[in-house]
Amino acid sequence: MRAWHYLIILLLAVSAPFILPDYRTQLAFLWLMVILALSWDIMGGQMGYNSFGNIIFFGIGMYVCAVFQRDSGLEYFQGLLLGMGLGGLAAVIIALIIGNALLGMRGHYFAIGTLGLSVVAGELAGGWDYIGAGSGLTPPLYPGEISERNVFFYFLFFVWAGITFVSLWWVYRGRFGLAINAIRDNEDKAEAMGIYTTRYKVSAWTLSALFLGVIGGGVGNLIGFIDPKDVAFSGATFGVWMILMAILGGKGSLWGPVIGAIIFHVTQELFWTLFLGWQRVALGLLIVLIVVFFPEGILGWLRQRYPHRMRDANNSTEKNKLNK
Amino acid sequence: MDNLCKKHPTGVLSLFFVFAITLLPLTIFAKVEGDTITLGAAVSLTGKYSTNGKHTKNGYDLGVKIINKAGGIVVNGKKYKVAIKYYDDESTPARGAQLAERLINQDKVKFLLGPYGSGLTKAMAPIAEKYKVPMVEANGASLSLFNKGYKYLFAILSTTEQYLQSVITLAASISKDPKKIRIAGVFENDPFSQDIRKGVFKDAKKLGMKIVIDDKLPQDLNDMSATLTKIKALKPDLLVVSGHAKGATLAIRQIADMKVNVPMLAMTHCDSADIIGKFGKAAEYTLCASQWDRSLSYKDKYFGSAEDFAQLFQKTYNYAPPYQAAESAAAILVYKDALERAGSFDTLKVRDAIAATNTQTFYGNIKFDSTGKNIAKPMVLYQVQDGQFKVVAPAKWAKSKLRWPTPPWDKRK
Amino acid sequence: MLDNLAILFNTPVLIVDLMINGMLIGAIFILAAYGMALVWGVMNIINVSQGEYVMLGGYITLVVVKLGLHPLLGIPIAAIALYFIGWLMYRSIIYRVVDRDVFISLLATFGISIFLAQLTNQLFGADVQTIDTKLGSWSFMNSMVSLAVIKVIAFFLALAFGFALWVFLKKSRTGQAIRATSQNARAARILGIDTHRIYTITYSLSAALCGAAGSLVVMAWAVHPYIGLPYTIRSFMVVIVAGLGNLPGVIVAGLGLGAAENFAGFILGTEFQIAFVFLLMIFVLIWRNRRLRRRRKYLK
Repeated sequence: MRAWHYLIILLLAVSAPFILPDYRTQLAFLWLMVILALSWDIMGGQMGYNSFGNIIFFGIGMYVCAVFQRDSGLEYFQGLLLGMGLGGLAAVIIALIIGNALLGMRGHYFAIGTLGLSVVAGELAGGWDYIGAGSGLTPPLYPGEISERNVFFYFLFFVWAGITFVSLWWVYRGRFGLAINAIRDNEDKAEAMGIYTTRYKVSAWTLSALFLGVIGGGVGNLIGFIDPKDVAFSGATFGVWMILMAILGGKGSLWGPVIGAIIFHVTQELFWTLFLGWQRVALGLLIVLIVVFFPEGILGWLRQRYPHRMRDANNSTEKNKLNK
Repeated sequence: MDNLCKKHPTGVLSLFFVFAITLLPLTIFAKVEGDTITLGAAVSLTGKYSTNGKHTKNGYDLGVKIINKAGGIVVNGKKYKVAIKYYDDESTPARGAQLAERLINQDKVKFLLGPYGSGLTKAMAPIAEKYKVPMVEANGASLSLFNKGYKYLFAILSTTEQYLQSVITLAASISKDPKKIRIAGVFENDPFSQDIRKGVFKDAKKLGMKIVIDDKLPQDLNDMSATLTKIKALKPDLLVVSGHAKGATLAIRQIADMKVNVPMLAMTHCDSADIIGKFGKAAEYTLCASQWDRSLSYKDKYFGSAEDFAQLFQKTYNYAPPYQAAESAAAILVYKDALERAGSFDTLKVRDAIAATNTQTFYGNIKFDSTGKNIAKPMVLYQVQDGQFKVVAPAKWAKSKLRWPTPPWDKRK
Repeated sequence: MLDNLAILFNTPVLIVDLMINGMLIGAIFILAAYGMALVWGVMNIINVSQGEYVMLGGYITLVVVKLGLHPLLGIPIAAIALYFIGWLMYRSIIYRVVDRDVFISLLATFGISIFLAQLTNQLFGADVQTIDTKLGSWSFMNSMVSLAVIKVIAFFLALAFGFALWVFLKKSRTGQAIRATSQNARAARILGIDTHRIYTITYSLSAALCGAAGSLVVMAWAVHPYIGLPYTIRSFMVVIVAGLGNLPGVIVAGLGLGAAENFAGFILGTEFQIAFVFLLMIFVLIWRNRRLRRRRKYLK
């Protein structure tokens, strides 16, 4: 992709909240979806460790930020930005602590273990009075005008999505990308080749935690009410969506999750309300259909459909890596 | 992968355009258009609150139907029909908040109705407040909603601290020494039930009662036996359970199964859980908090008396109205009354008119205090007696005498 | 937490009550775990929708009761109905994912589980449903220890089903074919076993077992559309603790889990009961992993 393509995307993204002022919040959520899908794909797509539990970092970030805002007594913006940073830090620390124990598992065991983790986190948060227990937490209201607030959160999410994308692009090009791809393709051989697999696995896990932990605080403030199970550790919504979006777009690539997130979010906003009540049934069905008939995602399908035109897209990453 | 986009820059870009263009036409909708006033509501049609969400929706729909039949709402001499724009909030606050924003921004709704449940109301109220859009809600009872200084939130129902207040006073009045009363509380871990807990324990402490058990039920638990075993050991004088319809169902079922003896059992949501229909005799003696009852003597000119409303509702939807439906229908009446007095669709004027509401509906008197909660309507307390809900408190409405104490299980027929 | 322990010490008879009630619910976990072990062992699929089949069994029994039949009749009807639902699921979805990547089957069954839970919610509402069998309950020691008759029936039926399954697998021709397929599907195919048919039977049988379990759950406890996942997790846990293909182990693990959960609910407070179950599972997984790693080192 040439520079001017990126420029157009950038221009569109920057002007979008002003072209469509009524949709600012939904557009902000669009970037959130992109972050979710990209951060899941580090583990699920690039490394082949399919986690159902990444949502805990999102929840941890959200709670840490809201509690910090509540207790620090700082002015709104300082509180929010510092809180988001602290949220990211907390998520990374937790990821480091549990990473070593969890990442020793493989396949089924890892997936179910992380699924359990996401439920545990919600249950524990719901029992802990300091963070509001089941009554939830209400982050402070944004001090300024409502339209200004929406623009602020839009750019907050957009900037973080941009940072996520660029950092991932950067790390996937290097040795880190090679190593985690090797783990996905054959972990035992990778280990035999002298890659410290555990170290790479934990780094990938913490990277994912960082992106989610930071944005969690912002989402808590945008939604305006933190419920332990339905907002923070919302395994049934954001937790499943991030997996679905990555697979829909094509996991194991940089653009796949982005495309998946955009398509999923737009479809959801446009059509979900039409079902009025049946949308979650449709979600279940959608998961089955995508997984069974479309496991390679949109990018994978394009690659199969147009092998010739996609060929160099397909091979280029490997070629680049071989050159290094 | 970058190369894919090199090959297909247009593909990726067009995604953004498709997104932008498809959303555009949706902005054209509006709220007060021609001769229709559109109210906006996000209610739970799916998820864990969907049963009560449907009661809420039925109540709203019946309210709208009755008002439209009576000629609609007259604002400045012009007649307007009422319609409601619904979304499904899926019982999750995250969705509720987004939908509130969507109703205001995209659907241009100027007047909101509440969702079902305190958690969802907590998520939607700050949005309404930010946009300065009035929200009349009928199903968010949590007291903590009304200490945040919201100016655009109005609740026509009694708040959580009042639900079981009369149980505590009743318990105090029948015992010789209130200080000796020992209370066990089992509350679901959600905003509503936890606020009930605060209210009950505050009242109990004021009278010097002792709290011996304070358990939280997780939202997806389906077995209370561990807690009930504790109750067997400590033998409290009063057991209070609150956990929406689910908590009520589980409690009655397992108390009977495990033969737990308590002299007094009080709970919320008995009627929406239909404990009499489900358990018959096992439900006897249970005390239940209710916002409303069909036997009360309130009246208005659209629905008639409380009993008339109950019959109309039964005819329309084929089941007896739980109070969730009654209060929702009443919320529509509040809008009608306020809009007609405001004589304008200006949200600030309507907000002020709602704040000045002082009226009687079939559901009860409605008058808001400065925080927006209804202070003119008391809660009633039922007791299950011979397979029926009978009002036993407060004294003004009581139709029957309290049966106390509940005999132990081996003495019950 | 400490005062809860104090209660337990002051009235030790409660230990018996907690233990018995915990083990009674443990019998249900055993039944669901049989089903999971079967599918896992034979097809190498972890069926995340296991718990939803339990839930469906409960709702089918509810319908049976609404039609005016005796609730106990619901057990065979639910089992048969779930056999067909399992058959349908296998023929439409599962057979496409049997030989694929583990994550595909995991996610596909996860999708099925969401689909079934939400569909049930749409059809029956989100309320807790339960059936009163009117069998009453026995109580001992001044009703400090109580036993609902239906729970006792559920307990013995669960064990009986388990035994029947064991006999079926050992003695019958199909059972032997199932075991052969689980040991080596390719070899079984070469020897003339129609593995496709065996997979169908296995999957449907597992669903049927869950259906029977669900029928017992709705009579002895309660069901709502979202109880599935905890049952899935519990049966998963029981299977990994016991090891695949170890039926007596499944029984011990199931009963133990039921009792442990009940004690945890009592001592830690009910709000942490589910958290306890899931945490226990994570610890079991980590412990299992450590053990495997040690064994691997030893082999080196």
